[in-house]
Amino acid sequence: MKTFLVLGAGTAGIMMARKMSRVLDAKQWKVIVVDKNEQHFYQPGFLFIPFGYYKKDDVVKPIRSFVAKGVEYVVAEVEQLEPAENRVTLANGRVINYDYLVVATGTDIHPEETEGLKDGGWRQNIFDFYTYEGAAALAPAISNFNGGRFVVNVVENPIKCPVAPLEFIFLADAYFTRKGIRDKVDIIFATPLPGAFTKPVASATLGKILERKHIHVEAEFNAGMVDSSRNVLASYDEREIPYDLMVSIPLNKGASFLGAAGIGDELNYVRVDKETLQSTDYENIWALGDAANIPASKAGAVIHFQMEKAFKNILQHMAGQPMTHHFDGHALCYIETGFEKATLIDFDYTHEPLRGKYPVPVVGPFDLLGETTINHWGKLAFRYIYYLMMHGIEVPLPSDFSMAGKKP
Amino acid sequence: MSDLVKDVAFNAEGYMIDAKQWSREIAEFLAKLEGIEVLTPDHWKIIDFCRTTGLASGKAPTLRQITVGTGISTKDLFALFPKGPAKKVAKIAGLGKPEGCV
Ligand SMILES: Cc1cc2nc3c(=O)[nH]c(=O)nc-3n(C[C@H](O)[C@H](O)[C@H](O)COP(=O)(O)OP(=O)(O)OC[C@H]3O[C@@H](n4cnc5c(N)ncnc54)[C@H](O)[C@@H]3O)c2cc1C
Repeated sequence: MKTFLVLGAGTAGIMMARKMSRVLDAKQWKVIVVDKNEQHFYQPGFLFIPFGYYKKDDVVKPIRSFVAKGVEYVVAEVEQLEPAENRVTLANGRVINYDYLVVATGTDIHPEETEGLKDGGWRQNIFDFYTYEGAAALAPAISNFNGGRFVVNVVENPIKCPVAPLEFIFLADAYFTRKGIRDKVDIIFATPLPGAFTKPVASATLGKILERKHIHVEAEFNAGMVDSSRNVLASYDEREIPYDLMVSIPLNKGASFLGAAGIGDELNYVRVDKETLQSTDYENIWALGDAANIPASKAGAVIHFQMEKAFKNILQHMAGQPMTHHFDGHALCYIETGFEKATLIDFDYTHEPLRGKYPVPVVGPFDLLGETTINHWGKLAFRYIYYLMMHGIEVPLPSDFSMAGKKP
Repeated sequence: MSDLVKDVAFNAEGYMIDAKQWSREIAEFLAKLEGIEVLTPDHWKIIDFCRTTGLASGKAPTLRQITVGTGISTKDLFALFPKGPAKKVAKIAGLGKPEGCV
């Protein structure tokens, strides 16, 4: 009996385990997926929790409900990976020997890595929204906020869903406006980047929206420490930003066992070939989703596009054939801009986001880099599409990036 | 411009275009332009690390790659190369601009 082992039963792990169990001969192969949690979180929904638009039931479901028949689901933390021995050890002592391994353990926040961030103010007047607990704790703090300095800080890049902090700010602006207190709130976005976003055209577009909404951007800000006693965030170059309420996106890192196993980079992201998604160190290991160190956005939509390629490459590898499926880094992100509007960006390893229509060139209906209501409905529909995909129902979205109908 | 760099090509942002044209003397010259008068052994430790990893990968290392790779803390790195250390070292080491994130 051979073992196909998947670590992490999140967006990527669930889908890969199901796809493999459908095609591998059950008499020869066992498909196992391991996760330390019993609950699956729809993370894009965390954005809406602090404003009371989504409740717990909208974003939390049992992992078991997504696990395909024929897949063994093990609830345990992965403690050690020994890639040279093809062996994984779980926190409960169980040892699993594998023939093929897919790492899909995602990325998580590490507030403890920033001096003072987890001191006195944590979950008092400093919050995160990248975890369910953080987003839920933030909700009452936002509804009780009556004015003052509202600071949003990205500690260090890369972070998953790099547009989420901007969306959060746009929603906060709309929320305070509707509450009638926007003139009493200073919104400050402190980012290590030189502007609103990484890609020039999108950065300019988003930068203009920030300006129009009177949001101050403190650029090239490398957060060094937080002084909770004075409510001040300080950068390494000694700029200080006072806050009344701070929302932090702490350092994001992959699972620590990956670094220890020697297959991860300085942030524990698995080193893979960016086109085949195969580990550059071991030929029977692949990494998918946020856990991989590819230069693409860490986003659910990216996983949708890369899944098919990785799946086919693994099957070719099993058959001893050359791998012919190349992931192009395609990312597609709906960006909430507040007041029931959203914009949409579409890019890959080599093309930055440009204006145009999606998914059908010229026709749309979605407007790339435009700010429209229909894009907002696209964003909300994303949750239904996501759950369909997690249940194994294929959604027909073009997986390769296309320049058709775009205006450079 | 000094004779030292008269044949060296730079891009609009002041990064060297061809890392192979670099020399330690050029680094000292570029450091002065960045406001660093004297390159100490600690500066060199970081520059050498960036040269080695940058030439191997074709990309200037990020701030975190530098701190993890050299064991020098972010705080000390900012003291050695004030304001933006990753960009400053990349410039002085004759590498391209460190890539932003996606
Ligand atoms: C606030 C926010 C907004 C977002 N918005 C969007 C959006 O609009 N569009 C979009 O496309 N994407 C968005 N994303 C990103 C998207 O949610 C992630 O990219 C995606 O879920 C990553 O999937 P994954 O399978 O790689 O990891 P995950 O889904 O995070 O799964 C990783 C799994 O591994 C498990 N695990 C980790 N370590 C271990 C271990 N040691 N042992 C056992 N199990 C372990 C975890 O419990 C988890 O279940 C957003 C994310 C956030 C936080």
